[in-house]
Amino acid sequence: MSTLRIGCGAGYSGDRIEPAVDLAERGELDFLVFECLAERTIALAQQARLADPGAGFDPMLERRMRAVLPVTARSGTRIVTNMGAANPRAAAARVVSIAGELGLFGLKVAAVTGDDVLDRLGDDLALDATAGHVSDLKGRMVSANAYIGAGPLVQALDRGADVVICGRAADPALFLAPLIHRFGWEMDDWTRLGRGTLVGHLLECAGQVTGGYFADPGVKDVPDLANLGFPLAEVSSDGTAVITKLPGTGGLVSRATCTEQLLYEIHDPASYLQPDVIADFSGVTLDEIGPDRVLVGGAAGRAATGRLKVSIGYRDGWIGEGQISYAGPGALARGRLALDVVRTRLEALGPCLRETRGELIGHDAILPAGRTGVSEPREVRLRFAARCASRADAERVGQEVESLYLCGPAGGGGATQTLREVIAVASTLMAADGVVPRVELLEVR
Amino acid sequence: MILRDLAHVRTGDKGDISNISVIAFRAEDWPLIERAVTAERVAAHFGAGKVTSVRRYELPQLHALNFVLTGLLAGGVTRSLALDAHGKCLGFSLLDLQIDHRPGQSASKAED
Repeated sequence: MSTLRIGCGAGYSGDRIEPAVDLAERGELDFLVFECLAERTIALAQQARLADPGAGFDPMLERRMRAVLPVTARSGTRIVTNMGAANPRAAAARVVSIAGELGLFGLKVAAVTGDDVLDRLGDDLALDATAGHVSDLKGRMVSANAYIGAGPLVQALDRGADVVICGRAADPALFLAPLIHRFGWEMDDWTRLGRGTLVGHLLECAGQVTGGYFADPGVKDVPDLANLGFPLAEVSSDGTAVITKLPGTGGLVSRATCTEQLLYEIHDPASYLQPDVIADFSGVTLDEIGPDRVLVGGAAGRAATGRLKVSIGYRDGWIGEGQISYAGPGALARGRLALDVVRTRLEALGPCLRETRGELIGHDAILPAGRTGVSEPREVRLRFAARCASRADAERVGQEVESLYLCGPAGGGGATQTLREVIAVASTLMAADGVVPRVELLEVR
Repeated sequence: MILRDLAHVRTGDKGDISNISVIAFRAEDWPLIERAVTAERVAAHFGAGKVTSVRRYELPQLHALNFVLTGLLAGGVTRSLALDAHGKCLGFSLLDLQIDHRPGQSASKAED
């Protein structure tokens, strides 16, 4: 019996639901994890909560729970998720009411809070990658959330929660917690915590380890990508694991897919900083032991730093953007002329345009313009974006692009304009003992 | 020969920092990749003066390199004006890197 089966049902907030339902139905899982919080998501969720105290959790929570709860409640599969975002208690209350409607009486739902540290963040803390301090963001901060570790999630599982809902936690901790709970690992067993972190890191982006974000036709082919299955791990009590997916699903689990995901968003592989451990992936081994089965070993760990990363969301002005297309002979020259025209007209706004960017999609928007001798594109799409202090100034950007219809070069088509308030994210570190997580358990009656 | 003949990549981002993994398709090409795909060449590939720092990590048992780059993301996904604000496409741009292959060096694809 000694292996634990844990699957990943979402790698981001908008992820596909069908593969998660398939995992729930056929995966014989002990745990199903949904990882749905990107760096900025919680700041946006906090804004939603400010507008409505009952909001601020993942907008797809209800759809996901209605899809999987009837299955997981029957099979005894327990759920761990950060879909609580900026409001785990409201999310838990919603799950309880959904479970009640579904007749799942006795189901226990835990809300894990305490990651919100907006009211206690020291002004003198240094911001990462800048010379600034938290005080520089005063008056503009929307949210500040510490990346909490596995501890409170383990506590919720130990208390019998069938569904654990948190806000900001380190992504791998969502997977590490069930392993600690099941295998009784000590919180200073650095090697096992490092191995469990590796399992979490490989699973946390869902389809990205099973052949999603991998296919390159003729070079890296992936069978039946349209039917991409999500991953599960069979984890042993020593923390080694087999990464695999369900039979009959599309996709691919190979040494290559696992290596890409191993290094995804990693800096020094020997020092992956987590709340509970510094994981060391530098000696990781990946062995293909069967079709779509990769044995993962060799991770290690050492004592955590005692400090937690904190993501701070802050208001950072507005971005206005417009796009318009040119096609056929001379498309590139007409696109260039249009860029000059827009730039000249917007310069009249003066310094309220803090930063601008003009480019031709298909020519130089992603990469620098092609080498000489490359044939001219048959179509280009002008894109002009600017960062502005005010909404009104940012609106001008898209309007100036759209007016190229009548007041710009010949043949422009398909103009669009967008406008968004920028909630930027900065990060800092704070002492772990300044963060006090709390677990509340609700029961469906 | 270009890097795409020898290796595959994945790009990630955290804040204003990009990382690109470069992974050999075939074990026999690993020594050539390790020798040819230096931090300096990767920085130069993205244009003079753009990359402000680059660090290379090696995982020989997986035939993989990991490059950590600053200066390419214009503020990161939350505030960049770029179309590809994550810089997700950077890795495939790197696959254009020219690799000089001299006789005696392993590069299985070159003999095709």
